[in-house]
Amino acid sequence: MDKVSVVTGVAVPLERANVDTDQIIPAVFLKRVTKTGFDDALFYAWRQDPDFVLNRAEFAGARVLIAGPDFGTGSSREHAVWALRDYGFRAVLSPRFGDIFRGNAGKQGLLAGEISEEDVERIWAAIEAQPGIEASVDLVSKTVTIGEITAPFVIDDYTRWRLLEGLDDIGLTLRDEAQITRFELARETWRPRTIPVQQAVGD
Amino acid sequence: MNHVSPAVPRTLAEKVWDDHLVVKGEAGSPDLIYIDLHLVHEVTSPQAFDGLRLAGRPVRRPDLTIATEDHNTPTLDIDKPIADLTSRTQIQTLRNNCAEFGVRLHPLGDIEQGIVHVVGPQLGLTMPGITVVCGDSHTSTHGAFGAMAFGIGTSEVEHVLATQTLPLTPFKTMAITVEGELRPGVTAKDIILAVIAQIGTGGGQGYVLEFRGSAIRSLSMEGRMTVCNMSIEAGARAGMIAPDQVTYDYLEGRAHAPKGEDWDAAVAYWKTLGTDADAVFDAEVFLDANELEPFVTWGTNPGQGASLSGNVPDPSAIADPNERSSAERALEYMDLEAGTPLKEIRVDAVFMGSCTNSRIEDLRAFASVIKGQKKADGVRVMVVPGSARVRIEAEAEGIDQIVKDFGAEWRFAGCSMCLGMNPDQLAPGERCASTSNRNFEGRQGKGGRTHLVSPLVAAATAIRGTLSSPWDLGVTANSTSEGVNA
Ligand code: SF4
Repeated sequence: MDKVSVVTGVAVPLERANVDTDQIIPAVFLKRVTKTGFDDALFYAWRQDPDFVLNRAEFAGARVLIAGPDFGTGSSREHAVWALRDYGFRAVLSPRFGDIFRGNAGKQGLLAGEISEEDVERIWAAIEAQPGIEASVDLVSKTVTIGEITAPFVIDDYTRWRLLEGLDDIGLTLRDEAQITRFELARETWRPRTIPVQQAVGD
Repeated sequence: MNHVSPAVPRTLAEKVWDDHLVVKGEAGSPDLIYIDLHLVHEVTSPQAFDGLRLAGRPVRRPDLTIATEDHNTPTLDIDKPIADLTSRTQIQTLRNNCAEFGVRLHPLGDIEQGIVHVVGPQLGLTMPGITVVCGDSHTSTHGAFGAMAFGIGTSEVEHVLATQTLPLTPFKTMAITVEGELRPGVTAKDIILAVIAQIGTGGGQGYVLEFRGSAIRSLSMEGRMTVCNMSIEAGARAGMIAPDQVTYDYLEGRAHAPKGEDWDAAVAYWKTLGTDADAVFDAEVFLDANELEPFVTWGTNPGQGASLSGNVPDPSAIADPNERSSAERALEYMDLEAGTPLKEIRVDAVFMGSCTNSRIEDLRAFASVIKGQKKADGVRVMVVPGSARVRIEAEAEGIDQIVKDFGAEWRFAGCSMCLGMNPDQLAPGERCASTSNRNFEGRQGKGGRTHLVSPLVAAATAIRGTLSSPWDLGVTANSTSEGVNA
């Protein structure tokens, strides 16, 4: 995972609340089996409307999304994060996120920061006054700067540390493998067990 | 959750958490939690297996992992190759991955195939006091057994496959107490829709919900699963219900349930799991079951619901500006006028199925209302059992015949019209009364309009052609109604 410290780029106002993951990426795109190439699927239904904000020329190449409250609620699909990332977004700021979405974002190097509703409104106004303006989202100081405005955002310390260090989750956990094994040896026998398949000979 | 010494009173959720602690997180880092059961399906797993392959890692515990095919599968002609090429590829990818990594898969045509959240409980794999994860938000369903069960993203699926653990920050706890007696015709689905309307789609964020109170205790396992299933629609990661005799009776004798001495040891432990009398929740919510009526949604998120006897709300009367504009948008999308009585809303389709309401008792409740009746003209009615086993069970009881005589379609098991991913979809503009859990824009097909309802409301609506409950049929459904009145 690449290290993330400061994200700078064109900021887009998504002036809607309750943007669920079905809107971020409709279910039909979940059939793909790859982990990349979802840029065309992002906000697919809304992008059919020529007036939708991402279709405006000033917002080409956007990297920062400023969304209304409760962004990324609903389905757990990580594709929502991949689609945002493939489109070019590196940071999303919203007053509130769906829990699973926020977790997924941290794991994929997409910075998801919580910012107050007043600041969102101010930033939206600033962007509308000057469409195409760049925002700078600084993970070190946990602030976003856009034009005259500098506003704080909240992100949990652990996710922040992992983003700053670019650390892979599984590798981190496997440092505790001895403890996992010890835990497994003490597990009660009544706990559920499936019937695994025999591995093919020669595996 | 605050982890203090065991002498301190703890909630159900805290007890399960503490018993799965592999490494206690220090200085703000998460705890490492052991996962007892990992359920896998075709949609959220391909990229996870891909990740393992890239890193050269095996599945750590294939014996704690089980897979099924549900989201993409057709519910007709299941013996033919899947017509949609991308769906077929995704299913084939799961089959290849399971074979390569040694994971048990219940494919289309297998008796245990079905919606992942129906399959786990039916096999007896879901049990009290365990941790369950799946790359699917409705994993919360399994909390009905007193398990800690929650949905995870694909990165986490890979993490669990590789390590059988997850780094997690403790959830907060919320008690949702539902006291009283449900009236005939009012079901588990109405409870949870009313809870979501009360606390909002973000109200449960960061919490594990524990459903308590006499109305919850009176529910069957199927009803409890319906309630926990939709915890995610209130924004919560998980919902839980303390195990009791109803839980043990449901489990005993199932294929993977503990046997003999193991069973006795398990039950003895399960009996210790309930929330201690003096335990403190981070938040509490109360609901009066006596007052509840059949509930439906009118909008495009599951919190936008009302009693069926009410009207489509007027957005201008909503104080919160975000809620107001989201209600305005919802009414526009749903093509509804403020003030219209909900019962006058005419539907084009009725969908009876999904992991919320596709178990045998749900089908029985639906059948008890439609028996001997004919569906309304012009309404398409689909009945989709949650698993192949439920389908067979229902057929043994003659439910398939009741459904067909009524003029409805009897399908093979799968997620079906719950989401627009397989051939079962609404056409643009079509309106559906659906027993599923999400009424988001386009959820059941592009441009489709969804009203979330209970199986009893679905049945009455299929008869009358407008949103209706058994109360409107002049009969009382005193049959099981998701076990509420059993
Ligand atoms: S039935 Fe619907 S909600 Fe349940 S797992 Fe399938 S798609 Fe998800």
